[in-house]
Amino acid sequence: MSVNDSDTLEPTRLAVETIEVLIVSESDVMSASRQARLLAERLGFSRSSAYHIATAASELANNVLTHAGGGRLRASARHDHPELAVIGLELLAEDEGPGIPDPELALTEGYSTGKGLGCGLPGVKRLMDEFSLETRPGGTRVRAVKWR
Amino acid sequence: MRIPILQLDRILLVSIQVDLTDNDAMQFQSDLVERVAAIEALGVAIDITALDVVDSYMARVINDTANMVRLLGAEVVICGIQPFVALTLIEMGRGLLGADCAFNLGQALEMLKGRIAKRGDTRFVGDEDV
Ligand SMILES: Nc1ncnc2c1ncn2[C@@H]1O[C@H](COP(=O)(O)OP(=O)(O)OP(=O)(O)O)[C@@H](O)[C@H]1O
Ligand SMILES: [Mg+2]
Repeated sequence: MSVNDSDTLEPTRLAVETIEVLIVSESDVMSASRQARLLAERLGFSRSSAYHIATAASELANNVLTHAGGGRLRASARHDHPELAVIGLELLAEDEGPGIPDPELALTEGYSTGKGLGCGLPGVKRLMDEFSLETRPGGTRVRAVKWR
Repeated sequence: MRIPILQLDRILLVSIQVDLTDNDAMQFQSDLVERVAAIEALGVAIDITALDVVDSYMARVINDTANMVRLLGAEVVICGIQPFVALTLIEMGRGLLGADCAFNLGQALEMLKGRIAKRGDTRFVGDEDV
């Protein structure tokens, strides 16, 4: 499920700076969201930023599960230089699903091929500072960064 | 995971404690509409104090539930939205939560009773004054 997400592990920097959750069920979605929030709080993000990140993680993980049948979500610290302070947190959602035929349409508020509100991707874009979407018939990768 | 439904006269109180899976949500909605119909509830308060992430999925579950209850003719108020949840919801998209909201359960009950009284519903059979 997750790696290196426990404070009880040896406190090397890397040990606490990345979490990865395999998304195969609804409880994994909740776990991914919670772990992303805890990581954000550990990295010193404000509480409201941590909630933004948790919600964005939940949206991305949910999409991976419902539209691609599973995948993974990773959250990791971003540094401006490997040894320097944390300046951001990156969410990366990856799957080997069918891909998104029309990405621009998928980013439109209210557009959903399922029974959703269609607010997921547009919401992530607004909640986070940077957003990129790569998709092809064999899978989708969404990357979103929040700067501290 | 079954959500308890509490009854106070003709008002029902539910508190969503954790993120619901699709199945939990359907169970919850059918339990609730059944109870609303059974007691001809006049109002329902949905408390979400315990939720710290309301994503678009949970927003849809809450909205759908509120709409179902309204279709049956009862009033709905959502209460207990955490400040950070509110901030996030607004950032995500205005109007994501479509129902009326109150600060806490007490306020939600006052709001419901006020509305029930206003619409002149004489079916209210509480012993306390409305
Ligand atoms: N990982 C993915 N793989 C394939 N298709 C996707 C993926 N993520 C999103 N999509 C497509 O993009 C559309 C828009 O996604 P978005 O998250 O905005 O809305 P939704 O998931 O349908 O509803 P909501 O998130 O509001 O519950 C989806 O309906 C789906 O067709
Ligand atoms: Mg979605």
